[in-house]
Amino acid sequence: MATYTELAANKKAIRPGVIITWTLLFIGGVIMVTPLLYMFSTSLKSAGQVYDLRLIPAAPTFDNYVKVLSDGRFMRWFMNSMIVAVAVTLSNVFFDSLVGYTLAKFKFRGRYLVFIAILSTLMIPTEMLVIPWYLMSAQLGWIDSYWGIMFPGMMTAFGTFLMKQFFEGVPDDFLEAARVDGLNEFTIWWKIAMPMVTPAISALAIFSFLGNWTAFFWPLIVTTSRDLYTLPVGLSSFAVEQSIQWELIMTGAALATIPTLLVFLLLQRYIVRGVMLAGLKS
Amino acid sequence: MTTQNATVEVAGNGRLWNRFSIGTKRVIWAWTFLALPIAFYVGIRFYPTFQAFWLSLTNWDLLRPAQFIGLANYERMFADPVFWKVFQNTFLYLLMGTPISLLISFVVAYYLDRVRFMHGFIRALYFLPFLTTAAAMGWVWRWFYQPIPVGVFNGILSMMGFAQQPFLRSTTQSLPAIMVPAIWAGLGFQIIIFMAGLRAIPSTFYEAARIDGLGDWAILRKITLPLLKPTTVFLVVFSSIGFLRIFDQVYNMTTNDPGGPLNATKPLVMMIYQTAFSSYQMGYAAAQTVVLFTILLIVSLIQLYVLRQR
Repeated sequence: MATYTELAANKKAIRPGVIITWTLLFIGGVIMVTPLLYMFSTSLKSAGQVYDLRLIPAAPTFDNYVKVLSDGRFMRWFMNSMIVAVAVTLSNVFFDSLVGYTLAKFKFRGRYLVFIAILSTLMIPTEMLVIPWYLMSAQLGWIDSYWGIMFPGMMTAFGTFLMKQFFEGVPDDFLEAARVDGLNEFTIWWKIAMPMVTPAISALAIFSFLGNWTAFFWPLIVTTSRDLYTLPVGLSSFAVEQSIQWELIMTGAALATIPTLLVFLLLQRYIVRGVMLAGLKS
Repeated sequence: MTTQNATVEVAGNGRLWNRFSIGTKRVIWAWTFLALPIAFYVGIRFYPTFQAFWLSLTNWDLLRPAQFIGLANYERMFADPVFWKVFQNTFLYLLMGTPISLLISFVVAYYLDRVRFMHGFIRALYFLPFLTTAAAMGWVWRWFYQPIPVGVFNGILSMMGFAQQPFLRSTTQSLPAIMVPAIWAGLGFQIIIFMAGLRAIPSTFYEAARIDGLGDWAILRKITLPLLKPTTVFLVVFSSIGFLRIFDQVYNMTTNDPGGPLNATKPLVMMIYQTAFSSYQMGYAAAQTVVLFTILLIVSLIQLYVLRQR
């Protein structure tokens, strides 16, 4: 009965059309998550049950997880991905905000030029830069290091643009009042302006973390030692090695997916709002 | 003595700082904030861009120093049938992926926007795949496409009495088969953006249209779609760039024969990867990246042109 009350609240007469629409949307949504459900289901099946295509395992077991996690490789890759994603996200939040704030709130000659120059880097695809980056990393000894994986993403034009848009909405009066109080410019930015754009910061942090957590192309190029692989690169090499042991491959895929799903369940509201904000502002 | 001198100097600096006007001080602050970022953008973005253009004119192979060879890499590329196959594949990903994903996501967003009952839950179902790792999902989908008795799709087909399909093993089916997970993973993002765009349309427009007696279809055509144009253009470009740069899915779904069978699924980025990091022909690979850059630049310029027409 909840259906009817809820739908009635929509100020529309209940037509069969509304119920059909809802049902179709629901079925579509279920189809969307089916690959994920199958992945989790197979990760809970023993090797003999893999050919049984039923979604609910007949005899669920965590053996695959024990097996995959036992040699510590996945833990290591998990840790590598975490370190890289968190460090790059912190750097993005700091520098993209600082640059966005400076371009939004300081009047000086060359401001527009700097902004256009940074924005123009959005036109340059990563794929074009990887060869020079690889050369640079080889010369400076950055191959197979966290810094090597992280350095290309430490600042982003997207984040700078996003933060600049939001800082433009911060009233100058607040900043002037802080100046009268004798705060220096850095403190004004960090203590006064930053707290006023927290929705934008969370949007930027979510995008940055997700992008770096799932990044594949550059980590694949810059890491050659298995110990430095990030989770996606490690999973890929692990899956090639297992060849037809699909239950183990699905377990690895599940391990790579679980963290972002958990984060989503905890922060769903912020994430959806963040995606909307970022999408609309750009 | 040294300490004293230092103290005097610091005091001098302090006096110098105080002598600046408020405006000058703020300009100095601004450039201080920008110093490190400018160094970053010059060193990690602009310089490598020019270097990529320069390398595309050399025969650099990591072993010997780069030698200028003019446009030889480009001549070689345009004479290479594999390049044209890859070029065609890249545009197939774009021309099939973008319209299909936009159509599905618009239809879902349009109807989901009107649904109140369990709205958040249904939205979450569509959004979840966006949060997955393409490398991991490549393997999940690859498993789906396996022959009987492993693969889910062939299992369903044979249960319904249809013939098995080769999917990833076929030169004609493999590219669409790889595109499906790419479309699937991007839908959630596009739906959210479309819904945000739909919400931004003032409801007075709709009310006025109702008073004028317009039906649902006429409202969609005359009000919703035109007002949604900026959102649509953004998503077309965003999604086009994504499909033109497709790599993770192809790499993980074709590890036994990268970009195969018979280069049927190989996109430009994969050719770049192989040329650079399997054959170490850095100069030739750089020329391929210049082609990618040119294609993406044209797409972005078309976006600017379309948006300016408003």
